Amino acid sequence: MKSRLRMLCSLAIITGLAMAAGLLAGCSQAKKEKVEEVKEPYKIGAIFAVTGRAAPLGEPEKETAEMLVAQINEAGGINGHKLELIVEDDEGDETKSLMAAKKLIEKDQVLAVVGTTTSGTTLAIMKTFEEAQTPLVSCAASVKIVEPVNPWVFKTPQSDRDAVLKILEYLEAQGINKIAFINDSNAYGVSGKIEIEALAPQRGVEIVAKETFGGEDTDMTPQLTRIKGTKAQAVICWGTNPGPAIVARNMKQLKMSIPLIQSHGVANAKFVELAGDAAEGVLLPSGRLIVAEQLPDGHPQKQMLIDYKTAYTGKYNKPVSTFGGHAYDAIKILAGALERGGADKAKIRDEIENTKNFVGTAGVFNYSPEDHYGLDVSAFSMVEIKGGQWQLVSE
Amino acid sequence: MISPPRFFKASMTITEQILQYVLSGLVMGSSYALIALGFTIIYNGTNIINFAQGEFVVIGSLLMVTMTEVYELPMPLAFIIAVAGTALVAFALQRLAIHPLRNSNAMTLIIVTIGASIVLRGISMFIWGKDAYAMRHFSGEEPIEIFGATILPQSFWVFGITIAAVVLLQLFYRKTLMGKAMLATAVNKTAARLMGINVENVLLISFVVSGALGATAGIIIAPLNLAKYDAGVMLGLKGFCACILGGLGSSGGAIIGGILLGIIEALGAGLISSSYRDAIAFVILLLVLFVRPQGLAPLKEMMMGQEKQ
Repeated sequence: MKSRLRMLCSLAIITGLAMAAGLLAGCSQAKKEKVEEVKEPYKIGAIFAVTGRAAPLGEPEKETAEMLVAQINEAGGINGHKLELIVEDDEGDETKSLMAAKKLIEKDQVLAVVGTTTSGTTLAIMKTFEEAQTPLVSCAASVKIVEPVNPWVFKTPQSDRDAVLKILEYLEAQGINKIAFINDSNAYGVSGKIEIEALAPQRGVEIVAKETFGGEDTDMTPQLTRIKGTKAQAVICWGTNPGPAIVARNMKQLKMSIPLIQSHGVANAKFVELAGDAAEGVLLPSGRLIVAEQLPDGHPQKQMLIDYKTAYTGKYNKPVSTFGGHAYDAIKILAGALERGGADKAKIRDEIENTKNFVGTAGVFNYSPEDHYGLDVSAFSMVEIKGGQWQLVSE
Repeated sequence: MISPPRFFKASMTITEQILQYVLSGLVMGSSYALIALGFTIIYNGTNIINFAQGEFVVIGSLLMVTMTEVYELPMPLAFIIAVAGTALVAFALQRLAIHPLRNSNAMTLIIVTIGASIVLRGISMFIWGKDAYAMRHFSGEEPIEIFGATILPQSFWVFGITIAAVVLLQLFYRKTLMGKAMLATAVNKTAARLMGINVENVLLISFVVSGALGATAGIIIAPLNLAKYDAGVMLGLKGFCACILGGLGSSGGAIIGGILLGIIEALGAGLISSSYRDAIAFVILLLVLFVRPQGLAPLKEMMMGQEKQ
């Protein structure tokens, strides 16, 4: 009897802990911004991976979106209408993303949605937005989001293809024509692999080794040892933290002296922190957010990037990330469309498509009916990590 | 370094590559061995597989990161605190979740450990967040070259501490009364109880020792692998594979199984394909279960481990 009681107690404790965990997660999931009623507020939704594996991306996106909405509302809203932002957490999971999308469209009746964080989730919910005739401005990078064009779906991050093109431009300038490629086995890594396999031969670059690593792999020395056994003149690594940081560390461990070129997926402070000394000399194509101060005066992006940086760091007391920038672009583009189109989903869609010369964190956007991506290779610049800092190599 | 070097080093020969794989495998294998030992100790005491073993590894490494990076304690002190802290978690797990259910069958308890692992992972996530953490190496970070292959000083710490942990564990088993009581309980719980051994205490100590071993594995490997709240799942499963490979219930088997698994994995990833790296461990698990379920350890030791209460 006594032991049964004890068992029940323990079970109660464990369930209690689990529920507390659930509640805490729940709190951050659906945080609604309450706004004063002046005119009918414009309701917009956001779906980000605030928790889960993609959380380092989703968190700054959520924070940026909330910050911008607060800024817009402080400045009087859009044509007198306050913005109401409803944030959902999909944990980077396709099913949860779909549920969040349906909730936002059907229950909350939002005018448009910003997000998701990861390509897989955006691809999973695109059809729903087309059916519901609701605009979606995605913060995920995959080229499949905009090719073929889904009339209701747009994206703000730079495409992997342009990052690959930028790297190939750089390799050409350095006279490197034999490379080793190592990618994360997630969708992002595979997408980079597909692009480089298609584009490298066109530029006369030979891929002499192709390796992969899993998201939870903790030691990449076997893969790199294999690469060390080839004639590769540079290693290109395509992945999201922490894998690429381990690649950098392991390369140092194996005393590999060939350059390591990472993808824009690690253009964040976390990579430098994780890779430590091994980050020194790592090159990568990146948007200009991380090197804003080094841009020449008069560069169209310089001032707005610095403003965003100052505001974000001031509010959240941590450095900006490129991913937050994607949410910045998405919210600003949507806000512009709302200003011109009003509370009409079809007009908002048309106005997003009509966005021209919008200077965002990722580059200068020019959407058109055929192009819902809006950027090109010029959105990237090559940067190098020197003394733990980002250094602009070529604009 | 001003800019990336423009000279290209002559590539590695195949012998050098194989040596490199073996060295990498030894490092990972050592941590698998310690994790597998943790599984073995609990299995011998309770007949259950503790699937929260991987979480001990993670909690150990994250505690170590906090102690060294946040509180800036000296390494040895941080090490002791991290190991003791994890042992305390293991203690609490046994008292709160396993002990009250001690009269249930092994399957129920195994499911409880799976639940516990999820709870522990959740708690770690709330305390340390979702990011990975880098940790300082115990001593220098300059790789050392051995016949064309390279190895980090930290790897020697990994080997040394693994060997020390195994030796200490053996001394504990052979020289202390509690250790002997644990061995006796592993052989036959009922007989041990009849001899006046407090079996409940033995089971509790099994968890504590196993938690300490898991933490040790996590701490020594963290400077090489980064510490992250969800790394325990894969590490735990690999440790479990090592256990099966070596023969469930055998300490020697767990160590050999762990090291073998590490080396096979590295060789497989290097020579066959890195895409199948994780699959290799699980293919081995299935093969062993099909072909030689008693693992590499002698059958006799296996029988001892499986004695029912």
